[in-house]
Amino acid sequence: MYTQEMLDSIKKLEASREARMATEPRRMTADEKSALLKAYHPDYREDGFVEIKVGPNKGEKVPCELGQLLHSNSRILGEKIDLNKVDYDVDVLVIGGGGAGCAAAIEAHEAGANVMIVTKLRIGDANTMMAEGGIQAADKPNDSPVQHYLDAFGGGHFAARPELLRRLVMEAPDAIRWLNDLGVMFDKDAEGNMVTTHGGGTSRKRMHACKDYSGAEIMRTVRDEVLNRKVPVVEFTAAVELIKDEKGQVAGAVLQNLETEDYLVAKAKTVIIATGGAGRLHYQGFPTSNHYGATADGLVLGYRAGAPLLYQDTIQYHPTGAIYPAQIKGALVTEKVRSIGAMLVNSEGEAFMHPLETRDVSAASIIRECSTNGKGVNTPSGKGVWLDTPMIEKLHGEGTIEKRIPAMMRMYMNYGIDMRKVPILIYPTLHYQNGGLEIGGEGFTKAIPNLLVAGEAVGGIHGRNRLMGNSLLDIIVFGRNAGKAAAAKAKEVELGTMNLDHLQAYAEELEAAGATAEGVSPMLLPNYARHER
Amino acid sequence: MENMVNVYFFGKKYSVPGDLTIMTAMEYAGYTLKRGCGCRHGFCGACATIYRIKGQNELKTCLACQTQVQEGMYVASIPFFPTDKRTYEIKDLRPNQQVMMELYPEIYSCIGCNACTKACTQSLNVMQYIAYAQRGEFEKCAEESFDCVSCGCCSVRCPAEISHPHVGLLARRLTGKYIAPETEHLQNRVAEINRGEYDELIEKVMQKPISEMQELYNTRDIEK
Repeated sequence: MYTQEMLDSIKKLEASREARMATEPRRMTADEKSALLKAYHPDYREDGFVEIKVGPNKGEKVPCELGQLLHSNSRILGEKIDLNKVDYDVDVLVIGGGGAGCAAAIEAHEAGANVMIVTKLRIGDANTMMAEGGIQAADKPNDSPVQHYLDAFGGGHFAARPELLRRLVMEAPDAIRWLNDLGVMFDKDAEGNMVTTHGGGTSRKRMHACKDYSGAEIMRTVRDEVLNRKVPVVEFTAAVELIKDEKGQVAGAVLQNLETEDYLVAKAKTVIIATGGAGRLHYQGFPTSNHYGATADGLVLGYRAGAPLLYQDTIQYHPTGAIYPAQIKGALVTEKVRSIGAMLVNSEGEAFMHPLETRDVSAASIIRECSTNGKGVNTPSGKGVWLDTPMIEKLHGEGTIEKRIPAMMRMYMNYGIDMRKVPILIYPTLHYQNGGLEIGGEGFTKAIPNLLVAGEAVGGIHGRNRLMGNSLLDIIVFGRNAGKAAAAKAKEVELGTMNLDHLQAYAEELEAAGATAEGVSPMLLPNYARHER
Repeated sequence: MENMVNVYFFGKKYSVPGDLTIMTAMEYAGYTLKRGCGCRHGFCGACATIYRIKGQNELKTCLACQTQVQEGMYVASIPFFPTDKRTYEIKDLRPNQQVMMELYPEIYSCIGCNACTKACTQSLNVMQYIAYAQRGEFEKCAEESFDCVSCGCCSVRCPAEISHPHVGLLARRLTGKYIAPETEHLQNRVAEINRGEYDELIEKVMQKPISEMQELYNTRDIEK
């Protein structure tokens, strides 16, 4: 499967393995990290960004591809949609059927609200399903929520909103307890202790996992719980715009059945945007580890309705995406591979960095190795570096890979690569949207009193970089909170007359700024179909 | 042109590059996928697919996102399959054999044909995990079914009309909730937080100036 050049490079890697295993690579100093990021992290590439011309974040930077959507008119501008014909009338409308949406729906239902989920693909078609490595919580005796706060705050470059980060770390153990009580099978030892490891940038081993199907195990459990509770789930139906009322509240959403293309009206006293990430916008041409529907829809319709964004210019490139073979290009190779011992090694067999630096630093370091340093390995999709997976079994014994990272082993075995015996080739992949819509500690947007956001669509929880295992955590913590808060709020909301006036107002603002882009938004699905004419 | 192969989507012939997956080959052919496409990386089971190579009798199942195209492949996707999930309140269940008899009695109609195992896109021993479920051995069933992505290919092929992924899921939830040992350090920490034991500490760290936080972060000790 590997080319001759790759095989030659593997020989150098194998020759240096024993010496590498005897020494832990040095961690970078704060100044070294800062210089590396500025020179090599894609967030610092000026041509990857444009200025936002309209709306609450006017004048700020945004990735070009998201800017294009923010500068586009609504898909339904000028469409005649009869808002008096209400198809669904609920207390709480959850947009998105991933981990955050399901956690919110369960808690809203528990609180007695009439709640429904709409999702443009299936319930569970979400980045949550694909999260492999684990979920953080400071629940061991040598750890504390304060230590977790420090790790996340520093790892996020001291930019996280303290009130959000406080909630994340303080409610983390209860999130694990909640999932455990729902029946999520965490990796435990015979006494019941959680088997925990490090993630990049953690100072304590607090990464809980369910083999390397952590997100899938969480997702299928919360999905099952939603279905058991008989919460209505409307699939293959996208929210295309929020509906507002004359009091400046949201009043529901216009939906579109993706198969029939018919529009539907959902009226709701509170709305939770839980639409996830943006990897399928392929910022700066990067491949992505994200699911098919990750097109930032929630950001677009929230922003058009007047909700501000926060840190929309910071993106997480996961350092280890598959770069070879081409069929799995961009697929996530979980950080857990490094947590349990694999080193990052260049074409010359050198461990060029500590394998557990934070994700932004690791990604920048790999990009430097493959560019300026000239020590990348050539593949048909571009250069990559080695992840020395055979080290794992040399450290922890035979059978460790099959037991701890079975999904990774299976993915490579499909293409005849046995990662127990040979290393694998990786390169950074577009993984996570650090920014998103701004919320306060209770989950509400600051501009619209009955609009909430949860999960990856939120900005500010992690600052400008997120640690491994804090996203599965945030979808549960903030999803649950949003569900509870939305159910309580729904009791006091009195809706006025529904309207879509903000679509026209936004169009006029675009027009006045001379910024109207071609096309319409939200994107809904990526455009991957090739047409010969 | 690069190495092209002929594949047949729903019986219609297309010439596509041979290094594509079934999913990307459909997009190359001009399909805009709505159904039958989810995570695109082998975790969600949305792209269950059935195919037969021209001239060969064997019928194969796979995930379209994880399978490379081959010459003469006749492909049909299975965008939805009506499996039969039973609803329950997990807190009212107990991990005894009775549970499966009540919720999924059809598992006892298994005729041992092993078609489920043969169809599994994750190479799981599906018939074995159903056997464990029959015997009330939920922990074994959970372990054996753990890597299931619920694509449903097993259920498509099952003459006993079993919805295998739901059986595995129930066994896993029972195992996670009732059979796995309790985690004392987790219960303790939740109780400490609920008693407010960290409130003051977290408040203090939230108030610190950034320069002090930088110092704390850069000099923190890291567990070996």
